[in-house]
Amino acid sequence: MLNRIGWALLAVLGAIALGVVALHRGETINALWIVVAALCVYLTAYRFYGRFIADKVLQIDPARGTPAVRHNDGLDYVPTDKKVLFGHHFAAIAGAGPLVGPVLAAQMGYLPGTLWLLVGVVFAGAVQDFVVLFLSTRRDGRSLGEMIRTEMGNVPGVIAMVGILAIMIILLAVLALVVVKALADSPWGTFTVFATMPVALLMGLYGRYIRPGRIGEVSLIGLVGLFGAILLGEQVASGPWASAFTFSGEALALMLIAYGFIASVIPVWLLLAPRDYLSTFLKIGTIVGLAIGILIVRPDLQMPAITKFVDGTGPVFAGNLFPFLFITIACGAVSGFHALVASGTTPKMIESEAHLPFIGYGAMLTESFVAIMALVAACILDPAVYFALNSPAALIGASTNEAALAVSGWGFTVTPVMLDDLARQVGETTILSRTGGAPTLAVGMANILSNVIGGPGMMAFWYHFAILFEALFILTTVDAGTRVARFMIQDLLGTFVAPLKDTKSWTANLIATAIAVGGWGWFLYQGVTDPLGGINTLWPLFGISNQMLAAIALTVCTVALFRMKRERFAWVTMAPLAWLLICTLTAGWQKMFHPDPKIGFIAHAQKYSDALARGELLAPAKSLGQMRQVVINDWVNTSLCALFIAVVVAMLFYGIKAVGEARRSEAPTSREVADALA
Amino acid sequence: MRLRKAFAQAARTARLMVGVPDYETYAAHRRAAHPGEPIMTPSEFHRERTERRFGGGPDRIGRCC
Repeated sequence: MLNRIGWALLAVLGAIALGVVALHRGETINALWIVVAALCVYLTAYRFYGRFIADKVLQIDPARGTPAVRHNDGLDYVPTDKKVLFGHHFAAIAGAGPLVGPVLAAQMGYLPGTLWLLVGVVFAGAVQDFVVLFLSTRRDGRSLGEMIRTEMGNVPGVIAMVGILAIMIILLAVLALVVVKALADSPWGTFTVFATMPVALLMGLYGRYIRPGRIGEVSLIGLVGLFGAILLGEQVASGPWASAFTFSGEALALMLIAYGFIASVIPVWLLLAPRDYLSTFLKIGTIVGLAIGILIVRPDLQMPAITKFVDGTGPVFAGNLFPFLFITIACGAVSGFHALVASGTTPKMIESEAHLPFIGYGAMLTESFVAIMALVAACILDPAVYFALNSPAALIGASTNEAALAVSGWGFTVTPVMLDDLARQVGETTILSRTGGAPTLAVGMANILSNVIGGPGMMAFWYHFAILFEALFILTTVDAGTRVARFMIQDLLGTFVAPLKDTKSWTANLIATAIAVGGWGWFLYQGVTDPLGGINTLWPLFGISNQMLAAIALTVCTVALFRMKRERFAWVTMAPLAWLLICTLTAGWQKMFHPDPKIGFIAHAQKYSDALARGELLAPAKSLGQMRQVVINDWVNTSLCALFIAVVVAMLFYGIKAVGEARRSEAPTSREVADALA
Repeated sequence: MRLRKAFAQAARTARLMVGVPDYETYAAHRRAAHPGEPIMTPSEFHRERTERRFGGGPDRIGRCC
């Protein structure tokens, strides 16, 4: 009884908080309202919807042996404490996406983003993660690709593989672009990120030869090195060496491409593993620190609930609220990539099926909370500052005078002096057009953290700490992701040319790595040279691909439910699937065929082709060759959209076919491993 | 005592976050399930796990966007 009263009170509190967030107009509201609303929604959803899915839909069976118990080898398959495994799973799913997406989405105000982060995670994201984790646990920890093959057939299996590879390439490109955008013309930031490399090498050697396996010690050394690098960076940026660490976006992109290639062919213990420690622990620490900071500072949100840019005319990303807000937020509400993680190492360590809701559903709720915090960090900024940071130079100009005029013209009054002051406060020469989300988040975090530790004098330190933290784990993802892509490419190529499959062969390694790096490097370079800042073009492409992967995962989940003869409950995965299909197919279509050249790739290509035919140059192209390059880029992007759409439609077709077969069968047809053993 | 337990638990969580499971659990499992067979030393174990984490394969996508 007490229990029920408790839940009822929680629900009422959540409803009040949500009401304040949704209905308050005019004056600013405190960020705490959003945090409280989010926590109440998560707890209630976990207790009721999560339990419903566990008990009624999936009918989890705590008595049933899990892969970890059946195949226990102390290595891959280990029955693991529920909280320890939660940490592992959360660390694996938490990435840069939920930090960047909500920041970009803030251009429409805090309300649309908040609502989608909450609704999306409860009914789509957490459901997908949970069901995929369940399915994989019931199948010896098989990967998503393997499950597609066994539940739907070989052809959809191969189609999904190609789709996953394309998504991987776009993901790496857009993440690398975020780093480039954050480091361009910032000697302090560039120096600290460069300095992480010798620090990581040192850690690697120490952990290999001096004290093998001492992760704690190694990480501590690294952490000291990182903080040293930030402090030293300030000296470097204000000294004669500043110019040696000041690079244009193009130069940084080329360096990053070269780095990506080298980093992913040298031994993992030397660079990747130590950086993995640093970035993982820094990420968890920063997330916890940010949460505590928000609770202590309790900042007011400066951003309006809804801005005029819901009509699709915003400078940060082009396109209407539907579908582009959902595409932009992506990971914090539902992320297809999690389906790969939830069918990876985690299912092999589940001790009991009773832990599945906590790990599958719970970890995704936590990820959504991270996204909410990112949204808060962006919305506590003066909206004028937010738009100055996130609008491409093509729209607001390159000087603070022009920028202040442009942003004030949108209704967010600001003076050039304010923008100059803020740049000085965070230790940069300019904050204009630092698109990509990371700098905005860093300014927001610096605001919060300097209020807790250090005061305004520490703003610059915290800003560069936040930039370093984001750059570090993005670079680790780029490095690890390039390896993953390389193995996928070797696997795919190996089906045609057998020797390329050999992962020990240096030739095969170099060829596949070159293809992987070349793939994301090409999109990265295209993004850096894009007049609209690149994020504008690439982030939607990334969002579409990520959400399409989620649609593929939910298709598999739906097929599995039908094959288990649980069609009565199939709406649990079909509803989010339907929404994702509507959203991604609309977005994909608009990216291709929208008549506005800001949104549609073909319209953009047409605009440049027409100008070419007249012999005119359109900015930023400085030569006819560059004009032609822009047109080619547009057509490549169009083809990529078409590929994504084709993959999803094909998967849908095979999904419907598999559901039809399952319905015609009297008995369950799903292939769970323990059934075969029994 | 409780503090020490909590710390050990946190350390285990942190290690598994970077893909290294508990060595003692591994060694205990080897002793119990495969008596007489070789057991990796802690540093061999650590190497093996590090290679495995980044060694590719469809289940080794340990990071997200």
